Amino acid sequence: MLDDFFVRALIAGIGVAVTTGPLGCFVVWRRMAYFGDTMAHSALLGVALSLLFSLNLMVSVFGVAVVVSLILLILQRRQALSADALLGILSHSTLAIGLVLVAFMSWVRIDLMAFLFGDILAVTREDIALIWGGGLVVLAAVVWLWRPLVASTISEDVAEAEGLKPERARLLFMLMMALVIAIAMKIVGILLITSLLIIPAATARRFSASPERMAVLASLIGALAVAGGLFGSLHYDTPSGPSIVVAALALFIVSLLPLGRSGADATTGGIRP
Amino acid sequence: MLMQNKGGSQGRNQLVDLQKAGIQRNGRWLVRGVDLSINRGEILTLIGPNGAGKSTTAKLVTGVLRPSEGSVARSGDLRIGYVPQKLSIDWTMPLSVRRLMRLTNSLTDADLLGALSATGISHLIDAEVRHLSGGEFQRALLARAIARKPDLLVLDEPVQGVDFAGETALYDLIRQIRDTTGCGILLISHDLHMVMAATDTVICLNGHVCCRGTPDSVSRSEDYQRLFGANARGLALYSHQHDHTHLPDGRVLHGDGSITDHCHPEDGHHHHHDHDHEDHDHSHEYGHHSHDHGSKDGEAARHA
Repeated sequence: MLDDFFVRALIAGIGVAVTTGPLGCFVVWRRMAYFGDTMAHSALLGVALSLLFSLNLMVSVFGVAVVVSLILLILQRRQALSADALLGILSHSTLAIGLVLVAFMSWVRIDLMAFLFGDILAVTREDIALIWGGGLVVLAAVVWLWRPLVASTISEDVAEAEGLKPERARLLFMLMMALVIAIAMKIVGILLITSLLIIPAATARRFSASPERMAVLASLIGALAVAGGLFGSLHYDTPSGPSIVVAALALFIVSLLPLGRSGADATTGGIRP
Repeated sequence: MLMQNKGGSQGRNQLVDLQKAGIQRNGRWLVRGVDLSINRGEILTLIGPNGAGKSTTAKLVTGVLRPSEGSVARSGDLRIGYVPQKLSIDWTMPLSVRRLMRLTNSLTDADLLGALSATGISHLIDAEVRHLSGGEFQRALLARAIARKPDLLVLDEPVQGVDFAGETALYDLIRQIRDTTGCGILLISHDLHMVMAATDTVICLNGHVCCRGTPDSVSRSEDYQRLFGANARGLALYSHQHDHTHLPDGRVLHGDGSITDHCHPEDGHHHHHDHDHEDHDHSHEYGHHSHDHGSKDGEAARHA
């Protein structure tokens, strides 16, 4: 017996997971987990600005994520600090500024926990339209940019020398990340978005012989985690966002077990200790 | 800094043309004053010690790096096949040799198999790239670069990690590709003998162009004798190219005792044509070079 809000949550969650799968593969391959985290944390600043200036929430979050990733690019070029130090500074300061701004706005009452950890059960029909609309845009862009993205993941120099314009692909990839964060925020929350990017991709790794297969599998595994997490949340009355992440983690742990290993890759297919 | 091909008598055949090209990073010139051009059907070889700017020059040619001064002109629709010196594939990326071959362009199965057969690794077509040995990996990279039928092949130490017999075969293959496809080839090597056999032009770099010429003209020259004498009688005579020493702080100590910030070929500190090895004590320079060669293997490191 599925209540209507639950079906909406399921459809929205699966929409997000299908989108984060392929994108998450690039986050894993390019070692950008912390980068994804930083963009996600900046979303709270986007929330605060949207309340302050009465902007559309998703547009505001998307805009702030784009600005933060551009700032990061510029700071990295100057090579004053290492990338992870810069990420740490931007990640936590944007989160903190967002929290401070929200606290200043005494005239608005917002459910901070919903933004930080997601409120999937309050998903509306418009949210579903935005999630699937935005998700399809991102997936179409990933398909279109697939070759330059994979090639420049392996070698930026080869991609550049052989005319694939890796710079453009990287810039568009950042825009896609910002869009995914804007649409995924409501489902798992600012603090847990990166987990939907990384955990399904890492789980898919062991069952994949090609980057294409890994991207598709990551989407399916993400969708499975969303479904499992939501049913668990309904059954045990636990918060939905964290439940989805726990379900994803469970699938990841299962993927580490030496069960039915495929191909000759048995010795190194899993996650290295 | 990019210019269109200026044309001229060689315009049709000229693939790339560098004029006084140099590149500066953090106040240091990695390479400066490089003049070189590569024509269709020509094999140009870069030699020089570590840190001489060989790979940097290759990146100027391919357009990976933009020159800080001078110009780089490539013919309009130049198709490049590039084997970089270093390439590390993150282990989280599942990648077979078959998939690697189609990295930057689609390929027919026949072209794919043909290139793998030519480099002698057609049996590894479904192997995971990170399980290949160093030599097999280099063959796969070379196969990938030639399978896309480039106008210009840029090969940065393409035979690193390949055993001696394989090395000969791969150099034969490279010459054969030039002969049959008529593409231009920029080859970076530290192996003078193997390269000199097939190459049309040799350029020796050491932060700038030290010497250049066709193998014929070079082989008749005293410089060439010293180059090859170097291998026969130790590294001593190899020092012909280096009448100056690059100090650890990036400055340059010249043969005449002066110290400058950069090494310019035309700054008057260089004396390429009046070497007199008998009358000078080069022991310091010898040590410098043997160190360079000793660390060659480290430079050729590759991660799977």
